[in-house]
Order: sequence, then structure tokens, then C-alpha cells
Amino acid sequence: MTDTAWEMLSNRAVATAGILYFLALLAHLVEWSTMRKVPVEVAAGATSGTTSGTTAAGGVLVDLGPTAPTAAEERDADRIALFGRLGLILTGLGVAAHFVALVGRGMAADPNRVPWGNMYEFTLSGVFLVAALYLAFYKKFALAWLSLSVTTFVVAMLMVDVIWLYGPVAPLTEALNSPWLVIHVISACIATGAFTLGGMTSVLFLLKERQLAKGKQPRGWMARVPAPARLDLVAYRMHAFAFPVWTFAVLITGPIWAHQAWSSYWNWDPKEVWAFITWVVYAAYLHARSTAGWKGRNAAILALVGTATLWFNFIGINYFSTTSQHSYAAPAPVVQVAPGSGSVGV
Amino acid sequence: MTATVEPSAPETRHPDRRPGELTFRELLRFAWRQLTSMRTALILLLLLALAAVPGSVIPQEGVDSLKTGNWKDAHPTLTPIYEKLDLFDVYGSVWFAAVYILLMVSLVGCIVPRLFVYWRAARAVPPAAPRNLSRMPDHETYRTDESPEEVLARARAVLARKGYRLRPAAEGDDAVSAERGYLREAGNLVFHLSVLIVLAGFAIGGMFGFKGGVIVIQGDTFSNNLTQYDDFVPGSLFRASQLNPFSFRVDDFNIEWLTSGPRQGMARGFEAPLSYRTSPDAPEQTYDLRVNHPLSIGGTDVFLIGHGYAPVITIRDGEGNVVYSRATPFLPADASFLSFGVVKAPDALPEGIGLEGLLYPTYASVDGNPFNVMGDDKNPVLSMRVYTGDLNMDNGSPQSVYVLDKSKATMLEKKDGKPYRLDLALGQTVALPNGLGTVSFDDITPWVRIQMSQTPGKMVALTGVVLALVGLVGSLFLRPRRVWVRARRMDDGDPGGSGDSGGSGHAGPPGTLVEVAALDRSGGGDVAPVLASIVSAVRGGSAPTAEETS
Repeated sequence: MTDTAWEMLSNRAVATAGILYFLALLAHLVEWSTMRKVPVEVAAGATSGTTSGTTAAGGVLVDLGPTAPTAAEERDADRIALFGRLGLILTGLGVAAHFVALVGRGMAADPNRVPWGNMYEFTLSGVFLVAALYLAFYKKFALAWLSLSVTTFVVAMLMVDVIWLYGPVAPLTEALNSPWLVIHVISACIATGAFTLGGMTSVLFLLKERQLAKGKQPRGWMARVPAPARLDLVAYRMHAFAFPVWTFAVLITGPIWAHQAWSSYWNWDPKEVWAFITWVVYAAYLHARSTAGWKGRNAAILALVGTATLWFNFIGINYFSTTSQHSYAAPAPVVQVAPGSGSVGV
Repeated sequence: MTATVEPSAPETRHPDRRPGELTFRELLRFAWRQLTSMRTALILLLLLALAAVPGSVIPQEGVDSLKTGNWKDAHPTLTPIYEKLDLFDVYGSVWFAAVYILLMVSLVGCIVPRLFVYWRAARAVPPAAPRNLSRMPDHETYRTDESPEEVLARARAVLARKGYRLRPAAEGDDAVSAERGYLREAGNLVFHLSVLIVLAGFAIGGMFGFKGGVIVIQGDTFSNNLTQYDDFVPGSLFRASQLNPFSFRVDDFNIEWLTSGPRQGMARGFEAPLSYRTSPDAPEQTYDLRVNHPLSIGGTDVFLIGHGYAPVITIRDGEGNVVYSRATPFLPADASFLSFGVVKAPDALPEGIGLEGLLYPTYASVDGNPFNVMGDDKNPVLSMRVYTGDLNMDNGSPQSVYVLDKSKATMLEKKDGKPYRLDLALGQTVALPNGLGTVSFDDITPWVRIQMSQTPGKMVALTGVVLALVGLVGSLFLRPRRVWVRARRMDDGDPGGSGDSGGSGHAGPPGTLVEVAALDRSGGGDVAPVLASIVSAVRGGSAPTAEETS
């Protein structure tokens, strides 16, 4: 295959992945909107058995309700199960197409390379890992309740990526041409994916907790979201997985590579500063979870602050600061020399 | 860990004190407790994150001095305020240091007492089983025909095999206590102490290291001593004797320009073959210096971080003497390598000559306007303005080679009053008006910008971060938990027995009631599956009860 063919394949695969994710989103929308019709008792019956530490109420909604379900309710339950499974399968297919897109980007370049050369490719990879980690954790944490958030996020970010961040396949800039690119970027992307999933869980935690605090009986789809304690635990697990990976990416491989490429292992480059800020905020989150008065709500808010700094750092800082050595927007000389710094008389 | 003031003030010593009044010692103790509390640590962490923000929006002196200078020129009112607040050097400022030093003090104050606590706890035996195991959030109960002794013996074996520490059996015990995950706290402590190691490594680098840059024209030699550097940023405790006595010559500079594709005009494959000696008497060695492939000589790392062009310019003055003839580095002004430079010939007669202007590596004229096509030197053209008179170079103060002092010089103008522009293609010689002399553009050579640095303590910092990561993984993934197994012979009328096995259909022979409970002590564990696996292991060996088989 020629490079152009690979590039076209990649672009088509991105479009395919986008459509599949969108269909998955639609399927989950049908699934969740059907859930609204399910009577509160049936829904509540499904969740009331869930306490902290026991298995999640993420399973398919079945007729556990105290009252015998009517035929219509049974039909709805079938429908919920059907569309839930459909959404999951479509997400899986989307992830596969997404993977093809990434491979295509790498193969389209001359010489072939890892698909991490510009913001378009970084974002493509970051979003891929959000979806892939969602699937990876799906069974372990029974993540059915996260399906709508994940598909919405993935569709939205892919659109942002394709519309605003797209850049044609190009060779790597010189500084990126290093084995550390692979290890640094992949760990940063994995951490980003897991942190993002943790952030989504924290949002659901805050919503659910607020609803319960108001003394309302959870209705509709909210009833299907696990109890706050369980959400808190799942969010913690995701963050606890992501934090060491982020530490590895940002504080070990980053500095080692920076030392090789830029002569100094820590340059206070805006991207580095924000990676550090993200690290500190997540460190604060982990602390908050074991501090009286900060558990639960405040910790979840800190996790969201962390998600915000993470994505601001991923994309936003490039538009804020032009000096960043991490902004791969335009080809630039390796490093510009500051005139006037040489104060040697002639 | 929240600090509270003890209300029980020793009234005997201070009978005249009002309630709530603190002695100086108590105040200190109060302050220390506040500082080392977890809540304070948390707030300091958030403060650290917040304090780091301005440095990413305001240009930093130490990161990009050129941009900082431009910013200062553009904001004359804000600059003095920002300077007072150290906002151009956030990460070296007192207030930033205050935050992280407080954080470190808080960390030490928190960690040291915990070290002692851990020292004791790590050798402690698991606590005795609580009286009512069924009150634990995670517990299971079942009945069996085995004797309590058999059950407890198997429970001990199962838990020991799973790596639990057991409370030594005592006479009359009806329960087994087990605990595991002692290393979690060790990981936690290692992580926190490693942060101090990282900070120490960082500080060593900042104090004893240096960073210096120099532009070396192809074919020139650099000897490592202070006078040779264009810019040099030493740490506060740096000594010139730390400089390794090496020297190197830039033999060549190779570059590959992309002439097609989306990155057209971008360069790659920079390579500067060097010949170097580690000391004046050492044999000459060679090294291909490339981006991402620094050369280490002694403790000094040598990096290729930039490149540009140095046109070879010759000036003959009005009397025909060569007053200037050398390769003059021009500094790239944009991504196309349109470069800016200055030529100074103060000793020319009848008047000193200064040139200031641009180098177009690949010149093209678009509608009469000069335009630089790309960075490759395919059609280099110089376009400069000419200044004559005193270039103010004799007043003793050092002058930058990239700045022309025009305060006493006059710009050459055409008859119509427009500035005179000296345009020179490679190989051309142009005579200046008024018999000032001639300027030739003889040749063009590349230069490379080499950065040299010593970063002592980098291995300390790296070791610290790796240790921190190991500690972190331990503190996040080791799950300390306690497990208790209690087995009691059931007498008639025992209220128990309504456990999972459930089959209390008839009075039968009284069996043994087994209660198993597990407690997660990490705040992030899910003990239900752990409990289930222990119960099945403890039960697994036992033959089904008579009730179940019948």
C-alpha cells in the first residue's frame, strides 16, 4: 500500500469509528430513555440490594422488583438489555476502527512511525484510550452506567479532533524522533484515558449523591447508577491506576527525554508546568480521600479539577502559550537563539 | 489527624489565665500541629498547583528571556508590579519557595511520627477478634459438622498460605485473627520520603550545575572555558573549576530540507560531526552530534539545539583596506530562517561602517517585495541598511555582537530621503556611496548552537522519582485488611445458624457455627470477593454437613 492509501484508510477509519461511536451513543440513548419508563419500584428494587463493597448494580435490569412486572415492563426490560448490548458491541467495533485509523496514520508517514506526531494524532490516541480502557474495565467494574458518558465524550472529542486539530501526515519533527516518544506518549495517553473515566465516574458520584442528599428516590436511569459509595470506590480505583502511570509519564520518562533533547530535564515549559499541576491536583485528590471533611464530595470535586487541568494541558495550553516546546502546531527551528544574550564585545 | 486545641490548659501553673489563652509553648505546639495536619498538607498542595499557574502564562526569564524582554517592553505599567512580585521568575521566587518549603516541613512533620508508629505497628500482632463479627459490613456465616478446633486449624492454614500474619493462638481462643498488607504504609512512607530525595536532587542541580550556550561556526573550535560562552547561567554555588577542559571542532553540519509534503520547508536530520578532545593532551575523537543524541564529556553534556547561517562578509574602507572579513552569525527570526544580523567595522576610514539587516537564505521577489522561500541556502541574499560614523564601541562597556549602537551613527539615505538599502547576492561586491568603501558577500557557512550543561544530582532526582513510584504503587495497590474466623459449637437454641448454608430444617445434632469477617483498611478495597474466596477455602476442605447430604 502506498502512503497515500494508508492516509486515506486512516481518514476513512476515523470516519467509520466516529459513525460507530455515534450509533453506539444512539443505542445507549434508547436504552437509557427506555429506563425512564421503568417504574421506580422496579428500578429501585434493582439498586437497593447494592451497598458499598458488594457487587455493582451495573448488570442488566431484571425483574427483581417487589411487585410483579407487567408484560409491558418485561418488554421494556428486554429492550433495555438489547440496546445496552448493541451499544457495547458498536463501541467495540468503533474501537477496532479507531485502532485501524491509528495504525494507518503511522504507516502513512515516510518513514513509518508511531502515530504521535501532531496534536491531531495525540488527541486521536487519547480518545482511543478512553474508549479502549472503558472496554477493558467494563467487566471488572460493571461499567454499563458509564456507557452514555463515554460514548458522548468520545464522539464529541473525535469531532473536535477532526474539525479543529486535523493535520496531514507528516514526518516527525527532529526532537520527537526518539524511542522515548513511544514510551512517554503511550503512558501519558493511558493515564489520560483512565483519569478521564475516573472524572466521569466522579461526575456521576456528585449527581447521585446530590439526588440522595435531597432525599429523592432515584428515578429512571439514575436508579441504575450504583450507590455513591460504589461510585466513589470505582472512581478511586481508576485514579489510583492512572496516577502512577501519569507519574511515570510526566516525572520519569518526560524528564529523561527532555534531558536528551533539550539539555535540561525540567524546563518549566508550560506543558511541563501544567503536567505538574495536574499531578499535584491528583495527589491532592488521593490525599483528600483519606482526610476527614474532604472525603466524598470535596474529593470528587478535586478529581474534576484534575480532569479539567488534564485536558487543558492536553489541548488548551497549546493555544495559550506559543513558547511551549510541546506545541507541535507549526514547523519551527529547533530552538531559537535569544539575541542580546551574547554580550561579548567585538 | 486534624489538630484541635486541648481545652485542658494546665491551670495550676497559670491561675491568672483566661480560658482559651495559650502559652508560647502551647502556641508553638498548636502551630506545629496545624502545619503537620493532613488538611494543611492538602491546602498546601492545592496552593502549590495554583502558584505554578502564573509561570505558564507570563513569560519566564529563565525559560525564554527574549520573549520576556519583548513582553516587558509591551507592558510598561505592569512590568514594575510584576517584577516586584517576581512574576518573571515564578519558580525561583520567594513565595513559590515558601509554599513548597512549608509543604516539605508539613510532610516531614507528618511522616516522622508515622515512621515510629509504623515501626511499632509493623511488628504488632493482629488484634483479637471483635465480639460480634456479624456487625462487620462484610461477613459470612455457615454451619458445619466439624469441630471448632478443626475449622480454626484449617482457617489458620488457609490464611497463612494467603500471606496473612496470624495472631498467636492462645488457650481458649474461639477465633483466628489475621492481617496482611503491612507494606502499604511502608510504600506510603517511601513515597513521601522520596519526594524529599527528588527535591534534594533538584536543588543540587540548581546550585552546582550550569547551563551555557554558544554559537559555533562550521570549522571553528570551542574550548570549554567561561570566556568562550555566549551565554552562561551558573548555579549559585558553581565554580569555574568544575568546567571540564575539553574542546571540540565543528567539522561539518548536515541537514536535510523537506522540499515537498505538508512539512515542506521543515528541516530534519540535523547532524554536526565533531572532533573533540577530553583534555588538551588527550587524543582526538569524533562524534556525530545530533538532536536527542547528546555527547557526554566528563560530567558535561553537549547538545545540538539550533542552527543558522553565517554569511562571510568583507568590508574594504574608502582607502581600500580590509577592515572586516569574517563569517558573521545571523540569528533566525522566523521558521523560514529569515535571519537578522549586524556587521561592525568601527575602524573603517574615513568613517566607521555598521551594517544591520536581513539574510534571505532562499530569496525571491514577489511583486517587488523581498520574500524568503525556505530555510535552505539556495539563493542567499543580504539586504541591509548602512550606518556611518561612531559606532560607540570605545566607551568600555561591553556590547552585544547582535546589536548595533546607532546613537552616534547616521543612517545612509538616498537622495530622495529614503533609507539606502544594500542588497547583495552571494559573490557580489557593491560599492557604498560617498566613497565609503565596498562590501562583499563572499560565502555562506552554517553555524550550530551548542548547549552545554552540567546537572549534578540528576541521578539523585531520578532515583528519588523511581523510588517514589515504587512506594506509590505499593501504597495504592497493596490492600491491608484484617480477617477473623470464629467457630463456636452451637448449643440448642442458639440464635445463629441462619447463615448462607441456611439448612436449619430440623434440630439435628448441634454443629459448629463459623463466622468469617473481613475489613478493608485502605479505603479503596473491595473485600467482598476476598471474603468469598476465604470462606470457600475454609469450607472447601470440610465435608458437607449431614444436613446437606441428606
